[in-house]
Amino acid sequence: MSVGLSHYLILGSLLFAISVIGIFLNRKNVIVLLMAIELMLLAVNMNFIAFSHYLNDIAGQVFVFFILTVAAAESAIGLAILVLLFRNLKTINVDDLDRLKG
Amino acid sequence: MIFQDYVFYALAAILLFAGLRVITARNPVHAALFLVLAFFTAAGIWLLLEAEFLAIALVLVYVGAVMVLFLFVVMMLDINLDKLREGFWNALPIALPIGLLMAAEMVMILGSKHFSPDMMSTPTPRPAGYSNTAELGRQLYTDYLLPFELASVVLLVAIVAAIALTLRERKDSKFIDPAEQVKVKRADRIRIVSMPSEKEIIPVTAEAVEEKKK
Repeated sequence: MSVGLSHYLILGSLLFAISVIGIFLNRKNVIVLLMAIELMLLAVNMNFIAFSHYLNDIAGQVFVFFILTVAAAESAIGLAILVLLFRNLKTINVDDLDRLKG
Repeated sequence: MIFQDYVFYALAAILLFAGLRVITARNPVHAALFLVLAFFTAAGIWLLLEAEFLAIALVLVYVGAVMVLFLFVVMMLDINLDKLREGFWNALPIALPIGLLMAAEMVMILGSKHFSPDMMSTPTPRPAGYSNTAELGRQLYTDYLLPFELASVVLLVAIVAAIALTLRERKDSKFIDPAEQVKVKRADRIRIVSMPSEKEIIPVTAEAVEEKKK
């Protein structure tokens, strides 16, 4: 079966479903939660690029460019918050992170 | 099937395997390394879709910067894995049906005839001289100039926030503050005490008194 647009879209949706399952499974470990979010963004980017290719419109790739930028900023700040949490509480277990007080 | 189709299926299989390992790996370092593998194979699939610039950017930005940051953080934190893995599979009865339902719904929609090769035919390959990077740059600096500048502001905010969050002054570290050194006054360093000059005093001890009495 020759590969068409639907194959790329289905690959993206499978990747997205995997990362949703990952968020359920790793609900205690903040680091792996962040990684699952990165996988989700990858799946979304896959859709954008597939449509950009098959509709012959470069705008999809421009959007992926912006998503990459925002995702890099998000993971940098997320990891900074994570380091700060670990320094103060000595744990990254989500169950223990139930206070706003620093 | 042409050669590109085989490449797609191979890369897709590796990508899904790496994604599964990211969410199930016991050690977060292994999860990060499998995420690197996932990004590499995704870059390969983007190359198949003729998005060359973004494929390279994914490898450089994600594998080169973000994943290294992840690895640094994972290795810096001293995590008690056993506690985090407690009841890991307990959520599977909820997670698996939800995941499968989402995947099945999306496959039913995306696998329909609207996205099939008959409706969306494969575009003709670009000519040899075509530069994806140049085309993307042309779009970024014309139609998307304002969003492009805003993206740089977002990155600046991220830099400032990440540094401001993690910056701390250790209480036990000793360091020299150059500003304090330059501002120092004479009065901070020496104090002149006016006092009379010393005279020689013969000490009077108890033994001397005793001897005088004799």
